Amino acid sequence: MSKFIPLEQAVRENLNDGDTVAFEGFTHLIPHAAGHEAIRQGKKDLTLIRMTPDILYDQFIGMGLAKRVVFSYAGNPGVGLLRRMRDAIENQYPRAIETVEHSHAAMANAYEAGAAGLPCAIFRGYKGADLPKVNPNIKSVVCPFTGEELAAVPAIRPDVTFIHAQKANEKGDVLIEGIVGVQKEAALAARRVVVTVEEIVPDFKGLHPNLTILPHWTVTAICQVRGGAHPSYTHGYYERDNATYLEWDKVSADRELFAKWMDDNVLNATPAVFAERTKGL
Amino acid sequence: MSDVTPTEMMTVAASRALTSKDVCFVGIGAPSAACNVARLTHAPDITLIYESGTIGTAPDVLPLSIGDGELCETAVTTVAVPEMFRYWLQGGRITVGFLGAAQIDKFGNINTTVIGDYHQPKVRLPGGGGAPEIASSCGEIYITLKQAKRAMVEKIDFFTSFGHGEGGDHRQRLGITTKGPTLLITDLAIWKPDPETKEFTVVSLHPGVTRDMVQETCGWEVKFADNLETTPAPSTTELMTLRDLQERTKRAHEGGKAA
Repeated sequence: MSKFIPLEQAVRENLNDGDTVAFEGFTHLIPHAAGHEAIRQGKKDLTLIRMTPDILYDQFIGMGLAKRVVFSYAGNPGVGLLRRMRDAIENQYPRAIETVEHSHAAMANAYEAGAAGLPCAIFRGYKGADLPKVNPNIKSVVCPFTGEELAAVPAIRPDVTFIHAQKANEKGDVLIEGIVGVQKEAALAARRVVVTVEEIVPDFKGLHPNLTILPHWTVTAICQVRGGAHPSYTHGYYERDNATYLEWDKVSADRELFAKWMDDNVLNATPAVFAERTKGL
Repeated sequence: MSDVTPTEMMTVAASRALTSKDVCFVGIGAPSAACNVARLTHAPDITLIYESGTIGTAPDVLPLSIGDGELCETAVTTVAVPEMFRYWLQGGRITVGFLGAAQIDKFGNINTTVIGDYHQPKVRLPGGGGAPEIASSCGEIYITLKQAKRAMVEKIDFFTSFGHGEGGDHRQRLGITTKGPTLLITDLAIWKPDPETKEFTVVSLHPGVTRDMVQETCGWEVKFADNLETTPAPSTTELMTLRDLQERTKRAHEGGKAA
């Protein structure tokens, strides 16, 4: 069975209603095309995990597809708040969502623990902070050697992780360069891994030997989607479309404007539109 | 330079606190501007770190987010996010954490999580991101924000990150070994914690600012140092550097597809 399949098929086969899913990317390489395909297919009751939910999860939440969101920073980076997520939390519109909130350090450690096959992550954190009072999943352990009290959070183990990358080779090895974020950990922590890429090349000969982050046998499916991170960026291919992030602040502020935007740009679109959107960036 | 805005004064005053020896974890927004003005003026060898994993970055324009591509292109090295938080922050290699705040109290405790009750918030803010551990793992913390009664409050709604708690030795009592907030720079004044109580006290007023102006925009009763100073006005170099940086930034961010 080929790993190289259309995005529509990869989402249909790997993401189920009720799944725990991570669409990871740290400002760079956010898998917007994969997220839009999941929204188009109406995958629902999802537990969405991501350190920085940003506008892609704002779209899932605004469409009523999220049951629970696990996160550490719910903002539109550099712009402001996530208005659809706020509407869900403050007004239960279009449905109530459960939030499980952590710090970045906790989420990063929890992904790493997931990739490492550990049940939990241990780190020095949350000292004096209020999050442990509102998130029962933040606990503490005592170091058996020094007696120091350390924070503990459960490992993150998504049913499926979606990421975007620059390149895959014909075997299906995946390469990322630039800001690498937490994608390697999020992929290795998951049961299934779907990767969208800008291009598929015969091999990685002549490229820097440390750029491959995932060998082909760790990846479930690969889909070529040019521009698939837009309005996020792909280092070496196109820049971040900051104007779209600024525009989102207005679109997401109004329920009807949001619904129309989703109709025009997601529900009635295909993965092919992403290549067009990144032209000139 | 009589046309200096309060925000410009705040940014320049904040930049002066940094030195070439610092390894600084940079928050987005006002801290980012201040850190880069420092790098472009008196602290060329400062190491600026953004939580996206970029270490020793030197952007030509201010990033809109903590993960803009230019931060990586100009960095000494870029590491994965778990490594950023584990080896570099938790590992104790960062001298200064520079944070902004939505809400702050007199002991430098910060709220960027919710206004109102956590479970039924009046306003859901973005949350802490890296701040809870930045606040406890960096050698010391500088905070910068514009003064307003709703921002500087007697009691914050949520402890996103811990400053001096209830004051005094509260940090030590929790087993925190770093200094915590040692400097607060607003658009009106420079504040430092009292050595004993840890309550932020005004030590310097920016040019043209009165004690009343500071009190009117602060939600707690302000304490002023006995030997209150006046913050030196921005030099021509400082002001030009800041304005050039912001002009370049504005051009770059408005560019979008049209560029």
